[in-house]
This record gives sequence, structure tokens and C-alpha cells, in this order.
Amino acid sequence: MSDRLRRTRSGPALVGAVAAAALVLAACSDANTGDGDTSNTEPGSADLQPGGDLVIGVTSDPDTLFPWRATQFQAVHMLGNVYGTLTELDQNLDVVPGLAETWDVSEDGLTVTFTLRDGVTFADGSSFGSEDVVHSLESIRDEETAAVASSSLARVDEVTAPDESTVVLTLASPDAGLFANLASVNLAMLSSDDTEDALNTTPNGTGPFTFETRVPNQSVTLARNDAYWGEPALLDTVEFRVIPDESSIVSSLQSGNVQMAVFDDPLVADTATGSNVNVTETPQLSYHVLQLNARRGPLADLNVRLAIQCGIDRQQVLDTAALGEGEVTGPITSPAYRSDPNARPCPERDVERAKDYLAEADVDGPVVLETIVSQGEYATSVNEAQNLKAQLDEVGIELKIEPLESGAYVDRWVAADFDAAVALNGGRPEPDGMYGRYFTSDGNLNEVAGYSSPELDELFAQGLLATDDDERKQIYDDVSRHLEDNAVWVWLFTSYTYTVTDSSLQGFVPMANGSLQYLRTAGFAG
Amino acid sequence: MLDTFLHNGVVQRVGQAVFTLFGVAVFVFVMLRAIPGDQITANLGTEAAALTPDQRASLEAYYGIDQPLIGQFFSWLGNVMTGNLGFSSRAQTSVADLTLQALPITFELAVLSIVLALAIGIPLGMLSASRPNSPRDAAGQAVGLAGLSIPAFLLATTLMSVLAAQFGFNPNGEPFARLFDDPLLNMQQMLLPALVLGFGVAAPIMRTTRTAVLEVTSDDFVRTARAKGVPPRRLQIRHILRNALVPIATMTGLQFGYLLGGAVVVEQIFSIPGIGRQVLLGIQQNEYALVQSTVLVIALAFVLVNLLTDLLYRLIDPRVRAA
Repeated sequence: MSDRLRRTRSGPALVGAVAAAALVLAACSDANTGDGDTSNTEPGSADLQPGGDLVIGVTSDPDTLFPWRATQFQAVHMLGNVYGTLTELDQNLDVVPGLAETWDVSEDGLTVTFTLRDGVTFADGSSFGSEDVVHSLESIRDEETAAVASSSLARVDEVTAPDESTVVLTLASPDAGLFANLASVNLAMLSSDDTEDALNTTPNGTGPFTFETRVPNQSVTLARNDAYWGEPALLDTVEFRVIPDESSIVSSLQSGNVQMAVFDDPLVADTATGSNVNVTETPQLSYHVLQLNARRGPLADLNVRLAIQCGIDRQQVLDTAALGEGEVTGPITSPAYRSDPNARPCPERDVERAKDYLAEADVDGPVVLETIVSQGEYATSVNEAQNLKAQLDEVGIELKIEPLESGAYVDRWVAADFDAAVALNGGRPEPDGMYGRYFTSDGNLNEVAGYSSPELDELFAQGLLATDDDERKQIYDDVSRHLEDNAVWVWLFTSYTYTVTDSSLQGFVPMANGSLQYLRTAGFAG
Repeated sequence: MLDTFLHNGVVQRVGQAVFTLFGVAVFVFVMLRAIPGDQITANLGTEAAALTPDQRASLEAYYGIDQPLIGQFFSWLGNVMTGNLGFSSRAQTSVADLTLQALPITFELAVLSIVLALAIGIPLGMLSASRPNSPRDAAGQAVGLAGLSIPAFLLATTLMSVLAAQFGFNPNGEPFARLFDDPLLNMQQMLLPALVLGFGVAAPIMRTTRTAVLEVTSDDFVRTARAKGVPPRRLQIRHILRNALVPIATMTGLQFGYLLGGAVVVEQIFSIPGIGRQVLLGIQQNEYALVQSTVLVIALAFVLVNLLTDLLYRLIDPRVRAA
């Protein structure tokens, strides 16, 4: 999962959608709204018929078909069905075997031996083996390839293949996060015979579906891979149909042209009413945050940051900006390592304490923070910024809000040219992958994160060494505490995605990382 | 022969057109570079912050943005001259192919919209003009005002949502059908967008018609014709409307030109893969060559439509021919 912001353009069309919905709501019955609890929804457990063609409504074409460089939501999740990875994540985001059937870590943590699955083939019929793994991992590590996940392999020194079904990774230092990272489609296994140019038009993977056709700006169609190594999918085909306007996707769900769509704007999901559609809410790993740049101006002072931390009622931001659709969160959103949102200075808003912190701060004159906000990239950004501004005004801190078009926002963000940034960042199933690159002093996003400390460096290093689950949980709790006590950023809330499906479509399980991998267990009932 | 051309100003017009197109090319080139970010940040978003300098250099070479700006401009322009409009790395196909797919769709939508607009606008304008400041004039004007002031996106989303939710009618939820592949479905898919656009364009046509008809009605020849006993219907159509056609044709040509530029909002809502969406996607992704070439094609179409409108005057009005 990347940190790329999800694209939900809710342009002027939304106004029309709301107006139209008001008309329609009056006449329509309620949608069945699930509670997002997937624990009793086993993938593919329903009594489903093989066959059928599923149409998924998406707002945009994938912007690339090359998995190592895909960061766009639509591209990542479409390609996730076509390509295979060494490890995979199950519905609870726990690491499970993928193309590697088993793996073994040496005592010192520096040698990892993967045993590959037998009889796996690529879509073009060629067989998958250890030389493909070596080729893939080496190419990803090569800077020339410009693979977005190359840093996930930063601790890998050497990749060798002693035989056809064994791959050995030699690490410079232990890396307990490696196995979760390897499940990303950005680390997909490609055939050593393929070239980037070929794969740009004809993806060739080992996944449960094979790429069939693409009509640029209109659709991508996948077909079931009958030679898939696991349980073959039920659906004959899956078409990702581009319908650029979200309210038009809702219309297409209601008229039955489309049987599935994923929205992240609760306003749009609310309009998806009708007796034939189900809506499932799924809490997401991505988190809404006020990023602070602790290396600039008044924010270098811990007391100013703590004043901000104490001056904000997160539930109020959630309620006003996102209709209360979400949950207040601490730094880590990975299910197995989730931070306790109350373990922070001022779990409740405390304006008096905030003012005390500000009084103790060593700053001249009023605190004014240049705050960048991405306009239109996701629905709630500007509302969040306005609420934060109103709350901090009461403390005596001024947020100078700069709403920016997404390209301008990304430029400023990448250059760390801001005091504060209202952001929606992607989360990961594993906390080192999620924050190591931000908060270790040599992390590739540390400049943007604006904070590092020897304690954090030490904690992240320990986290990679630890193999025991409880020990790791304790270490990342400490990371979380350190981030909150130093008010490094102000973590706000996580939101939901809304998976709207036709009631005849069953066996699909939405995931917290947005993955559509359970299309392979989905099918039509009756 | 050359004399005739010079006399008619054809050479001059063509020269002007080429100059205009060059201006458009420079303008679009500069404006695109003024948009913050580049194709790399458009593709990777905030993830671009994690790129190492070597990775970034490799991507810049891949997208061809490692060249100096002047070099980029003239190599693109040179390619366009030879018919190579560039390559879209996003769609993995040539811009010429994409444009050849999209332009006929937009052209069809523009023609249908204009036909609907004329069918609504001209009768309505004549109706209003037939008795100015009467209730029927007010009604006609009200429809015109509605056409001007109801935003296309509101009308489009409302129509679509209500028809889909209440009647299950949503041809635009089907994959787009091209005119010659499946004319029936194509017409269904074009119906609502053409109606929405046509309604909007009908308003200026209605107003122009009303003004022009009122003006012609007060001319001497109309009084003469009436005095000679020409029946009212014949008078309206053969005498008045015929003479009011020049401003109507001007307005229609202008609107048609705009429609050829792509009706982005309506194309978005109804999932019409036309030229407007192509440009919008190109801008969102900072695909420079795609946007530059497509805008140039649109500008060319606009210039051609204006030339054709000029020619049309000669057909409509013998006085222009003589001049």
C-alpha cells in the first residue's frame, strides 16, 4: 500500500448528486448497511455458483499497468488480482504464504530462505521459478528501474537461487518487517523473460485473474486464471469500467449495470440506496493527520507542539469534517499493533493546558503556521483544516490555511515546504513499513516527517530485531508513545471505505488496506 | 486563380489561422509547464518524496522531461508537423490514435446537441418574437433563461439519477458503444448528454433568433410582403427567418466550435469518452504531449468551423457573396 493520497474527486457534480438524491431518497427504501465486521464473513463461504461476469465501477483508468511503479489506487488493486507476491496478507492483514510456500529465518536474522511453490505458471504459460524471483528482486533494487518499493529491500545485501525452488536473501541487518512488505504488488514477481515495455501493455502475472483487454479511459477486463495455483476464482470475468463521476456510478449500481464499487466519501455512499444494493463499511489503515514540521520556526519548540496537541478535540474534527464517519486514532493503525488513542497528553481537549504550554514556549509574538491543504484530492480536507483552525484560534495559535490544487500540494509536501500539512496518509499492515521511513533519521521520508530522535532510531532498530509478537507490540507501543508525547504530528482519525455491492454478489471481503484480492472468492448467488 | 484567392482573402485567412495555431501551441506549452508538479509527481503523488536522485533521473528520461524546455517544444512541434502527435504513457498508445477515437465521439455529440438546440431555440425565438412582451414572449424568455442558468452538471446528474433509480434507465452505465458498432445503444447513450448540452445551447440561439426576427420584422420589405397578402406562415419562414439567418448561423457556429472543444462536465457525468475528457485526464496526469497535441487539434477544428461558417454566409445571403 502506498502513501499516495486516494483520489476522490467530488467536484460540482456532488451538488447535483445531493439534489438528485433528495428526490430519490423520498421514494426509495433503505440500503442494507453492514457494520464492516468481517470476522464472521469467511471469504467464499456462501453457496455460490461458478461463472458470471462482474462489473466494478471505478472513477479512473489505471495510470500504469507496470506493478513496480503503481501507486494509484485503481492501478494497485486491479494489478493485485493479476500478479503474485512471495507473501500475502489474509483478511486480518496477517502474513500468509504466497508464491513462497514456506520461509525460514536464520538464528542471527541475517539469512532468509524461501521455498517456492511448485507448479506455478505465468499467464503466458511459462513456469515460475527461483530465477524469476532473483530477477525481480534485483531489478527492484536497481535504482534505474525506479521501483517505488525499492526501499523495502534496503536491508537486502544479496539474492541467490541455490536451486529451482529455493531463494536465499542475505540481509545486512535483521528485518522483521520484510515479510509484510513483500506482500505488496509493488514487489510483484515478474517473469525474467518479460520487459517493462511488454508489461506496460500486457500484464503477465501469476495471480487468480489474467489480463484480458484494456480500452484506454474506458475499461480493463480480467478473466479467471484456470491455471492459478490456489483455488480458482468463481467469476469468469471482472471488468473495471471507468465511470468518472461517482454519482453516475451510484446510478449504474441502481440500474444494475454495475455490481460493485468502492467509495470513500460518506455522502456518496449515502446516496447508494435501493433494495438491490448492500453497503459495507470497512475501517481503513490510512489516517487523517495534521503533520507538523518540527524543524521549522515555532514548531521546533516542544511546548508549541504540545499546545496544539492539547488544543484539538479530534472527535469534533471527525464530526464536522466527515459526518462522524470514522474513529479517532493514534499513530499506528495496523490492526495487530494499533495505538491506544487515549495514550496521549490531553486525550480530551484541554484549552487551559494548551494555553499553559504556549505560555511556557520560548517564542516571540503570536504563533502563525503556514498550513498546506490539498483541495479536491479527498473530500474532507478543507473542512478538517477549517475546524482545526477554529479550535486552535481559541488557544491563540493561528493556522494560515493554504488550499492548494493537488499538484501544487504534492510539490510543497515533497519539498517539506510547510509548517503544518493537513494530510491523508496511507497506512500499512506492519508498523515499521508504515513509519520507519518517516521517523528514522535516515528514512527516505524523514525530511517530510520533520522529526527524528536517537530514541526513535533505537526503537525502530529494536523492532526489526524482535521476533516475538508481544515484544514487537511493546516496542511499537513505545514508538507510539514517543510520537505522541513529543507531539510530533497530531493524529486525528481513520475513516471508512464503503463497498457497495449488488445483493447477488457474495463472498467478497473488503480489506482495511483497500485490497480487492477477495475478488477471487466472490461469486453470484443462485 | 491566385488573384481570386488573394482577392477573397483566402490566403490571408489561412495565414492568420496558422499564426493563431502557433500562438495556441506556445500558450498551451507555457501554461502546462506553469502547472505545479510534473508527470512524475502526478503519477506517484506524495510517494515521489521517497525517490532517490538516481531514480528521479531515470524517470525524467523515461518521460522525456530531462531536456531543456526549448528543445522539448521544438521536438514536439517538429513531430506534430510530421503527423506524430506524441505518445501517452498512461494509455500506452499514441496520441493520434486516442484523438482519432475521441474526436468523432465529440463531433457526434456536438452535432446532435446543435440539432436539438436549433430545434428548441429557433421555434422558441420565433414564438417570442411573434408577439413581443406578451405572455408567450415571457414564457419563451423564461425557457431561455432556464437554459442559461441551470448548470449542466445539475441537470445532468439529476436526470441520470432519477431515471436510473426510478426507471432503471441508464444506458450510460453500459460500455460506450460507437455509432457504427451499435447505433441503437449509441443513440440511447447520446440522448441525455445531447439533451443537456442542447438545452444549454438553445438559450443563446433562442435569444439571437428573437432579436434578429424582431429586427427583420420592422424592415420595409416585410411590410410590403404583408401588404401583398403573403400568408403569415410563409411570411414568417420564407421572408423573415430567411433574412434573420445570418446572426443565427454566427451564433450556431460559435457554439458548435465550443462544443467541439469537448463538454468536459457532461462527458464526465455520462462517461462519454470524448475529447474533453482526454484533455482533462491529460492535465490531471501532466501528460504534456497529450494535452498540447489535443488542444492543437481542437484549435484547428475551431478555426475550420469558423471558416465554414463564413462560407455559409455566402450561401445564406447573396449580399455577402457580392461583397
